[in-house]
Amino acid sequence: MMKYILPAFLLTFLAIVTPAAAVLPDEIMDNPVLEQRARAISRQLRCLVCQGEDIDESAAGLARDLRLLVRERLLAGDSDAEVLAFIQARYGDYVLMKPPVKPATYLLWLTPLLTLLAGLALLLRRLRFKPAEGG
Amino acid sequence: MIAELGHFALTLALVLSLVQAVVPLLGAQRGRAAWMQVGRQAAWSLLGLCTIALLALIHAYALSDFSVRNVAENSHTMKPLLYKITGTWGNHEGSMLLWIWMLGLWGVLVAQATKLLPAAFQARVIAVQGMIAAGFLMFLLFTSNPFLRLDPAPAEGLGLNPVLQDLALALHPPLLYMGYVGFSVAFCFAIAALLEKKIDRRWATILRPWVLAAWAFLTGGIALGSIWAYYELGWGGFWFWDPVENAALMPWLAGTALLHSVAVLEKRDTLKNWTIFLAILTFSLSLLGTFLVRSGVLTSVHAFAVDPARGVFILVLLALATGGALFLYALRAPYIRGAKPFTPFSRETVLLLNNIFLFSAMATVFMGTLYPLFMSALQLGAVSVGTPYYMATLAPMLAPFALLMGAAPAIVWRAGNPHVTMRRLMLPALVTLALCLFLVLFAVPQKPLLWLALFAGGWILVTLGQDLARKTGGFKSFRYLPLSYYGMQLAHAGFALVIVGAATATQMTTEKILVMQTGDRISVAGYDIRLDGQHTGTGWNYNVDRVAFDIMPQDGGRAFRMMPEKRWYPVAARMTSEAALHLAGLDILYIVLGDNDGNSRNRWVVRIYHHPLIGFLFLGAGMIALGGLVSLGTRRARKPAEGVV
Amino acid sequence: MKRHMFALLPLVLFIVLVALFAAPLLRGTDPSKIESAMIGKPAPDFVLPGVLEHERPFEHADLLQQDFALVNFFASWCVPCQAEQPVLTRLAAEEGIVIYGINYKDNRADAVRWLEKHGNPFTATGYDNAGRVSIDWGVYGVPETYLVNRAGMILYRHVGPLTWHDYVTAIKPLLKRNGP
Repeated sequence: MMKYILPAFLLTFLAIVTPAAAVLPDEIMDNPVLEQRARAISRQLRCLVCQGEDIDESAAGLARDLRLLVRERLLAGDSDAEVLAFIQARYGDYVLMKPPVKPATYLLWLTPLLTLLAGLALLLRRLRFKPAEGG
Repeated sequence: MIAELGHFALTLALVLSLVQAVVPLLGAQRGRAAWMQVGRQAAWSLLGLCTIALLALIHAYALSDFSVRNVAENSHTMKPLLYKITGTWGNHEGSMLLWIWMLGLWGVLVAQATKLLPAAFQARVIAVQGMIAAGFLMFLLFTSNPFLRLDPAPAEGLGLNPVLQDLALALHPPLLYMGYVGFSVAFCFAIAALLEKKIDRRWATILRPWVLAAWAFLTGGIALGSIWAYYELGWGGFWFWDPVENAALMPWLAGTALLHSVAVLEKRDTLKNWTIFLAILTFSLSLLGTFLVRSGVLTSVHAFAVDPARGVFILVLLALATGGALFLYALRAPYIRGAKPFTPFSRETVLLLNNIFLFSAMATVFMGTLYPLFMSALQLGAVSVGTPYYMATLAPMLAPFALLMGAAPAIVWRAGNPHVTMRRLMLPALVTLALCLFLVLFAVPQKPLLWLALFAGGWILVTLGQDLARKTGGFKSFRYLPLSYYGMQLAHAGFALVIVGAATATQMTTEKILVMQTGDRISVAGYDIRLDGQHTGTGWNYNVDRVAFDIMPQDGGRAFRMMPEKRWYPVAARMTSEAALHLAGLDILYIVLGDNDGNSRNRWVVRIYHHPLIGFLFLGAGMIALGGLVSLGTRRARKPAEGVV
Repeated sequence: MKRHMFALLPLVLFIVLVALFAAPLLRGTDPSKIESAMIGKPAPDFVLPGVLEHERPFEHADLLQQDFALVNFFASWCVPCQAEQPVLTRLAAEEGIVIYGINYKDNRADAVRWLEKHGNPFTATGYDNAGRVSIDWGVYGVPETYLVNRAGMILYRHVGPLTWHDYVTAIKPLLKRNGP
């Protein structure tokens, strides 16, 4: 009977004890440049437990583990791309907030350009026709 | 008893909606005034019956009647009365009932607009409204009946989610639905126009206020949701590109395009095809949103009851409504003619270009939201689409969009003169560039997105100011301009502020995360913050730890206190964190408590944020909605339609 | 006629759209279940101490000792894990499948007690307190169960408690197909 999920703008927060952005003081690295990179990278990674959030804002345990892992990799000298690739290798494309550009996602990435071009084409067609055509 | 009354009312409503769907349509076809009159009467009765049903459900919630299954699942005796009542629409069945009630309300508004609408046209609109109502009433009665009973009735309900006990969140659905459902009127207008094979300026004149009203409500609903997210979610985010948020944004983008297209059609008797298409599209996107939220095809923090059977039903409704409308459109396309031409350099072109941008933005949000679904349907793997995608695709559109928006008043209808326009825009361009240069050099950090937003917002505001100055003779006489002009400028200015506020609040945020206990001090964004102490207490249905912070602005302003809270709701067994917000001008200082640090109840993880100029964001959103409402008051919209007896 | 064709385009696109919606709906797919990125890839290299006192460490090389092995991620605080333990026990006993268990982010004493209470079908267990090894496997929750072959390649992942039906329909066919 309780297959109905309680409607909540914050459904995920039922699973989390405290709704709040989730980086904890003990995770913050001493090097502010690295820490900035870690935060930026974290915002690119989706939390798989609370799938609507990135690991920077999710209070889930896995998110914290991944945040720590990101910082570990940065300390090991990985570039931003390498850190993302490390996590992507284990969790797949789904974990990336920015979908990778590959044949299966060409349509996704080209949508803005394609619709703009289509619109412009229609506009040009419209401007060339004589009156008595529908607008 | 009352629940059965509600149930009965819904069943009657279904029968009535079927009558409303058929009789006035035939009446319009055959010119039978009596039959068309039936349509109006049916609309009134439908609203009456839906009101009875809605009140019956509210009654059950208010009295915590747990013999009604819906109440037992979603309410609780310990909720404050206000939230018991607003909880009526905080669940799938109840919100669907509210949706239908609003459909009834808009139907009555159309029925009452007899003086403004030709009789046959009005009858057709009411008939199509009846069809939509019938579809949703069937959905409600057959798959989502709010009046089902539980026997034996439980002693207590299950619904005590503290997060839902919030006023902004309670008001958010009604506003949103007024918008979603309001666009059904435009949809019905389009169908009626296609049936009559007549799309002209008069049609646009009578359509425009309906679009404005629905659009204003939708804007308000989205803004309210965003405001709530900002203060409740605990770190100052206000938009997450969550699928259900996008489901509201898509009809808003299409609705904005529709609004402008209708304006052009009314003024210049052109863009007919486009306007009809947008009218169909906008409501279809509302229906799509309903589908996405309630079918479970997408993961979302926001989704209602996940039930594929319901999903299939809504998909069928969507297929019939939109498919039917698009089929009719294809059929009647040759009859849409007589549009006036315009030259490449004209205001029509500019507005159409911006419409194309809005459509492109809508299509992008659409693809971003649904692409994971498409890939899974075609078994191509799994991707997820988040904020980085939307920023990468939508941000580039902002500059040309804003440029056109600011330039439009300087380009006349039909055939503009590029030289005149260039001359007119020279000054605003220089002012905007100077302003931006100043800000970039002295006031704001090196962030391209921020500069883009400042440029876009600045350009819109400067050109707006120039146009206002010209039209009022140097800000001297405001009386001779129509309200619709002020409404438009208000909304456009609001949009500029939203862009600027969103950018400053995200790009210039200061954040500090640390552990604090009584006596600790920290300096953030020009404020000296000291944890002064804490105390425990109780609220209506919760226990609370309140931590007091003394804040001293470094520039010598008055000191103030902020008291974020940690609440424990024992019955619901949930903890929430209530942020403390302080508005200083247009900036907000934001303090939220995390967990206790370690085992000490006196040491807290504290998160402090400073969001500069975020006031612009919410003020701007309000201005957009208000602009829509102001435009409604324009006298032109209230002129009776020609040919009406 | 051309007008009709052009104006039919939105309708055609819409029909395609409806079909794309209908597919997952009718299939009943759960959008929150993510497919593993490790399918077809070698299992990660790891060494974990055993959960029980007398156990030797559990390491990657153990996976190469038999034709097929299941690696089950569990925790004493995981409620659905209790439901699948009888299934795993039956799998080990009746089907003779080698099952390894990795204890995910748990307290050792709690895990020991849990295994005593619910049964221990595991040939060996690994104690992954930090959850780092689990991350290398791409685990995002418990319980999860992976099928690994003699070459150490991950063939399949099951998210959520494993039922007998899941075994019969999804895992057993893989055992035959990739068999010796």
